[in-house]
Formats: sequence, C-alpha cells, structure tokens
Amino acid sequence: MATVDTPGRKAGWTLINLMVMAYALIPVLWIASLSFKPASSVTDGRFIPREWTMDNYRGIFATDEFTRALLNSIGIAVIATALAVTMGIMAAYAIARLSFPGKKLLVAVSLLIAMFPQVSLVSPLFEIERSVRLFNTWPGLIIPYITFSLPLAIYILAAFFREIPWELEKAAKMDGATPAQAFRHVIVPLAAPGVITTAILVFIFCWNDFLFAISLTSTEATRTVPAAMANFTGSSQFEEPTGSIAAAAVVITIPIVLFVLFFQRRIVAGLTSGAVKG
Amino acid sequence: MTSTATVAQRRRSEGARAERRLAALLCAPAVIVMLAVTAYPIGYAIWLSLLRYDLRFPDQREFVWLGNYVAVLSDGYWWSAFGVTLGITIVSVAIELVLGLALALIMHRTLMGRGIVRTVVLIPYGIVTVAAAFSWAYAWTPGTGYLANLLPEGSAPLTEQIPALGIVVLAEVWKTTPFMALLLLAGLALVPDDLLRAAQVDGAGPWQRLTRIILPMMKPAILVALLFRTLDAFRIFDNIYVLTRGNNGTGSVSILGYDNLFKAFNLGIGSAISILIFLCVAIIAFLFIKLFGTAAPGSDVAGRR
Repeated sequence: MATVDTPGRKAGWTLINLMVMAYALIPVLWIASLSFKPASSVTDGRFIPREWTMDNYRGIFATDEFTRALLNSIGIAVIATALAVTMGIMAAYAIARLSFPGKKLLVAVSLLIAMFPQVSLVSPLFEIERSVRLFNTWPGLIIPYITFSLPLAIYILAAFFREIPWELEKAAKMDGATPAQAFRHVIVPLAAPGVITTAILVFIFCWNDFLFAISLTSTEATRTVPAAMANFTGSSQFEEPTGSIAAAAVVITIPIVLFVLFFQRRIVAGLTSGAVKG
Repeated sequence: MTSTATVAQRRRSEGARAERRLAALLCAPAVIVMLAVTAYPIGYAIWLSLLRYDLRFPDQREFVWLGNYVAVLSDGYWWSAFGVTLGITIVSVAIELVLGLALALIMHRTLMGRGIVRTVVLIPYGIVTVAAAFSWAYAWTPGTGYLANLLPEGSAPLTEQIPALGIVVLAEVWKTTPFMALLLLAGLALVPDDLLRAAQVDGAGPWQRLTRIILPMMKPAILVALLFRTLDAFRIFDNIYVLTRGNNGTGSVSILGYDNLFKAFNLGIGSAISILIFLCVAIIAFLFIKLFGTAAPGSDVAGRR
C-alpha cells in the first residue's frame, strides 16, 4: 500500500511497536527481576529490584537437583532432536521425491498424531514403561518426544524438500562430479536451511515439555528442568523457593532467546510452511 | 507389441518397484515410532479403562465392562472439568484470534523495525510454558507480585475460581498469540496489494477492506490456525498445573486425568478419562474438517503432488 512517511505516522508506529515489545517482554523481565532479588526483598512486589544479587543463581548451581536436571534436559532434547530430524528427513524425502502407495495415508497419520491429546497417553505409557523398565529413564522420555515431534519434522522438511531444484544434482554429475560430490556440494547446502529450521523447532518442543516429564520420571536422576522446577522446595519449610524457581526459569529461557535472536527468519518460515496454501 | 516395448515396460515397472521399496524403507522408522507410541498405548488404554485397577490394590484387578465410564460420567468432577476446559478453550481462542489478527496486521504493515518486532514476538512462543506460568503466578501472588499489588488489599486472585481462570486464560493467550499471529501473517502475505489499492481507489474504507477482502482471502490460514489452537487449548495442562494445581474448581480434563493417576492411583478411572479426552479431541477435529472441508490442513500436502 502507498504509505506516506509523515513524522506523525512514524511516531504512531513507534508507539505501536513499543507496545508489542512490552507485551512480549514484560513477563520475561519480571521473572528475571525476581531472580536477581535477594531473599529479603523478594516479596516487595517491585518490578525493578532495589538491590541486586546473584545468590539465587549461585544457589541453584550449588545443588545437584538443578545441575542434574539441566543435564537431563539438554541430553534428552539433543538426542530426541537428532533422532526425530533423521527419521523426518528420510520420510520427508520419500514424500517429496518418490511416488508410492500410502503416501496420503502417511501424511494423514502424522497429521492425526499432531492433533493427538498427549494426556491420553499418560496412563497407558506409565503402565507400559513400568513393565518394560523404561519408566524413569532417558529413553522413556526420548521415545515419546520423537513421536510427537515427527509430524512437525515431516511436515516442515517435506515442504522444504519440494522447493529444492533437484535437477541441479543431475547437472553437477554431467559436469563431472561424482554422486558423492554432487550430494555434498549441491544437495546438502540446499537442504541445510530446512534441516536447521526443523531441528530448532523440534528442540524447542522437547525443551518445553512438562506433561511427559512429570509423568514418566520419578527421581532427580532423570527429571528435566520444567519438572524439577515444579518440585523445588525452599531452604526451609516455611520459605517459598521463589528466587530459585525464577533463576531456573531464566536459565532455561536463555537458549530460547538465543535461538530467536539468531534464527528468527528460519523459525518464522518453519512455523508457517505448509500452514497456508500457495 | 514389439519386444523392445515390453523390455522398456518391464524396466519401468522394476523402477517403480525399486522406488516403492526405497520409500517403504525410508518411511518405516518414522511410521513404526509414531504407531508404537500412539496406536498401541491408546488400544491398551481402552483395555485398562474396562478394568477396575487401583495401583494400591493391584490384586483386586477385575473386568468391569463400562463401569469406569459410568463412574466418570455420572460424577460432577468430570463435568465441571469439562466445562472449565471448554470455557478456557473458547474464550482464549477467541481472544487469540482477535489479538493475533491485530498483531499480524501490525507486523505486516509496520514502517520500521519489522525484524525486531518479529524477533521479540517469538519469545512468548519459544519460552518454556512452565517458566512463563511461574512468572504469571508470582505476578499475581499477593505481596510478591507487581500485578497483585494493583488489586485491593487482601485479594488473592489465584485462590478464587473466576479470577484464577482469568489468569489462566491470560497466561495461555500471552504465550500462544504470537503463534496465531505468525500463521495469520503468512495468510496475509497472500493478499495482493494491488487488490487493496484498487478497493481504496473505489472508495472502500480500512474496515471494509479488512472485512470484505482481507478476511475472506485469509480464510484458509484462519481455519488452520483455529483448528490447531483449539485442539491445543483443549489439552491445557502446564499453565493450570503451575498457576492453581487445579484447585478451587479450575482443573481441566487433562488435570483430572493426571490427578486420577498420580494422586488417586486409579489406573482404570484414569484410563477412562484418557479415552474420553481422546474422543472429545476427535470430535472437535472431525467437526472442523466436516465444516470447513478442503481448507483443512493436510489437504495441502496431499494435494500438491
């Protein structure tokens, strides 16, 4: 649309943009503010701390409870992401490039799983995992994470793979490249953006999960950070663990903020791929 | 038929068979994992839901036909949780649609700082739900919170049903509106600028351009966003668990199912609730697809080749 950059218009847009940024950032800044308050003033209700301290961070990193949970979160999310993306690449390649019966069925099944109410699986998975000794183990969480991130992975990767000009591979071979060279120098660079996008979104999904994490774990040895936070207790019976929880919340938000800062475009492209016809 | 034709034909069918075999191999791991973790457990849940099965008294396990369903459906807890879930779903999705559309229009039209706005808006989407829920919980805790202190002295909104549900909706809307907005933004990008300019020349005001041109052209994007968010909102768990633990009549069906397993240790009743939630979600998805037909997601992927 034709727009005129009058100063008034600019000021109006600046105001609107600032409101959007306040909307998105205030709850995050608030939890960060809580995490820097000392125990003495954590209940003063002020948005900006009067005194600043790193005690809460020192506190959570001093105990096994949090460091172990952080390790679990990272390990489980990384392994689940790697496996889900690998399986997703294979299935998405088949969907985008090969013709085979049952393709529509596969797409329909993965769509159904994307809509599946995960809480319906909590009771049966709890019982099944206990009987096959997967309850309270890393694989016990990794397997459901793979399942529920596969539809997303297949969907995004198939959308990206359809856009790749695969003829370039043939052209490279005609120019004398070996199949391995053609794959490494032509196809991999073209496919990489889609794979990275998928990996980020799958990682965020695994990193975020709470329902499976509290249902399928029972000890600190396997609990991920979201589940550990819900179990935090204060240093005494009468003390609320507000500061520790706030600090833990900030720590697990850092990777998300980094992803968003560096991969904003990719995340938006991934979230909207295939959601709209065109 | 000449012999060269049959050779070519055979070679083609061999090629097709090889292609099929490769496709089966490539899809097998994903299909096996997806089915092993959903189809098999849901079947097992149906079986469990027909048993009297209390984890504290495993010896009294007994087949009771639909007894658990009768117990759940004739009980006030299920219906109040169902009402709460339905209420949260409808209210939060409606607010998200309006806010998301506004946010999408802002991101589409803004004169400057488009990159910054889009980056910042992704933070609520990406942040761990539990972490955000704690932020809201402390904000509304009397004494501790900057928002609770704006309320009259002595009010504790998280301990009363309606205010607590309002905060649950607020937390849910804050977190998921950006996702809605991004889906709508992608739909908005498909509306041709020429068309809008032509309408403007013909004298259509901003409101008319929105309701007569932009919204109708965005219909597929809106429906997809609504379907995904409705199903997602119906499964609400994390926010309620952190904000109220489901106390004071704020529990959703997911909370009820979880509590029956981990507080009451009743696997039979818990599984019956699981199956009922599954049926509710199936009905919602079915209604969406029935009502809106081809605009359903997936017809896109399936139809393009």
